[in-house]
Formats: sequence, C-alpha cells, structure tokens
Amino acid sequence: MSTHVSLEPPRTGNPGRSQRMRTRKGPGKVTRGNFELYSWLFMRASGVLLVFLVLGHLFIMMVTDGGVEKIGFAFVAGRWASPWWQFWDLLQLWLAMIHGTNGMRTVINDYADKDRTRAILKGLLYTAAVLTIFLGTLVIFTFDPNIKG
Amino acid sequence: MASGAQGAKGTLYRGREGMWSWVAQRVTGVLVFFFLFAHVLDTALVRVSPHTYNQVIGTYKNPVVNLLEVGLVGAVMFHAFNGLRIIAIDFWSKGPKYQRQLLWAVVGLWAVLMLGFLEPMMQHTFHEWFGW
Repeated sequence: MSTHVSLEPPRTGNPGRSQRMRTRKGPGKVTRGNFELYSWLFMRASGVLLVFLVLGHLFIMMVTDGGVEKIGFAFVAGRWASPWWQFWDLLQLWLAMIHGTNGMRTVINDYADKDRTRAILKGLLYTAAVLTIFLGTLVIFTFDPNIKG
Repeated sequence: MASGAQGAKGTLYRGREGMWSWVAQRVTGVLVFFFLFAHVLDTALVRVSPHTYNQVIGTYKNPVVNLLEVGLVGAVMFHAFNGLRIIAIDFWSKGPKYQRQLLWAVVGLWAVLMLGFLEPMMQHTFHEWFGW
C-alpha cells in the first residue's frame, strides 16, 4: 500500500491496465497519482446528473407529444429559444461525452494488450471526443432560428 | 448466504448476477457512446439548413429506425438504473449485501417503464404497420 493513496475505489469488475502497471512497479511508486480515484469518482458524480439529464431528454423527445414524429427544425428552434434548454443540452453534451470517453478508455485498457494498439486507439478516441464536444458546443452557441434554406 | 455458494465449482461472482450486470453495463455503455457521436453530428445539421436537418431527422421516423430507437432507450435506461445500483453498492453500507435484490429491482423498473413507453414511442409505427 502506497502512502500516497489513502482512499481507493472498490475493485469492481476487471482490474484496469493502470492498476496492473502500478503493482508491477512495486509499492511506493505510484506513477499516476490519484488519477484513477478521481476518474472513479467522476463516473459516479456525472452518472447521477446524467440519469436526470438524459432520461429527461429521452422522455421529452421520444415519449411525450407524439414521440419522435414531432421533432424537426421548428421544434429545435422552439426549445433553444430558452436558455434553460440550452444550458441543459450543453451540460448534457459535456458530461455524456466525458463520461463515455472515460468509459471507453477503461474498455481499451482492459482489452488492448499491446502498448502501441492502446496508444493508437486512445489517440483516436480522444481526438473524436474533443472534436465532437467542440462541434456540439459551437452548434448550441451559434444556433440561428432564421437561417436560410 | 447459501444462495451464493453453488457447491464446489461455483463462485459468488462468475456466471452470476454480478458478472452479467457488469457485462451488460459495458455493452450498453459502448452502444450508447457510439450513438452519441452520430447524434451530435445529426444535430449539427441545424447549422446547415432547416431542410437538410429535417431530411436527416426524417430517417429517425422510419418504422425500422423507430424500433432501433426503442432499443436505444432500453440500453440507456438499463445503464442508468444499473449505474445507480453500482453507486449504491459502492457508497451504501448495505449495498453489497443486497446487490442481487437491487439488480432485480433495476430489471423490474426497467421492464415496467419500457412497457409503459412502448405505445407512446411507437404510435406512428404501429399506425403504419397495423393501422392502429
């Protein structure tokens, strides 16, 4: 047990790659600090918020008022006229993307054994995540209900 | 806990509720994550033109795609409720003891909501397919 880590997340599921690497280096040499602890905590904190944000989103979009049939440009324009829904969607976008990317990072760590494969897959993952968060944020902030076409 | 021991071969985790809920959490998580990429991209079309956006969103109204959407809602709901179960196991002192019962509560709540949402989610598809 390292003196660095005072609180460790419970070992649910497979031990991740980083935990295996950590033990290989021996006690007292924690190379990644408390990163995995914060990652574990973030998944739970963001998860609780996402339950409300995403299930609320799906309920409004898919269940109420005719389900998916009602969705179109006019419907989006009506919703994003309100800062409440703009903020809802922005928070939902960021939390879901980071939560999902961190989950995929764990999956890659668990199943990709070669260092090079892991590096490539994670490189692709992080690039796609950053671009998607950037695009989504841009769309929410620059939405124009009077766009031509 | 007699239910945990299955003779000499059995274990508490392998092949039981704990393992399968972990597998399901992974699978639903990965599926939802891939959809999220597609969904941000289709929404971004509101910056192209109302016509382009409406055209692509029209795909979602196809009955077969509608069925996939019901699957998506099912995956998200399971991931959400089982995620709350994981939090209960990690932070509630009695969570680990009741993890199996919690899983059946998750499955029960999931089934009730899916049944309730089915008609409102598939109104149009039911109309198109069966004339309801």
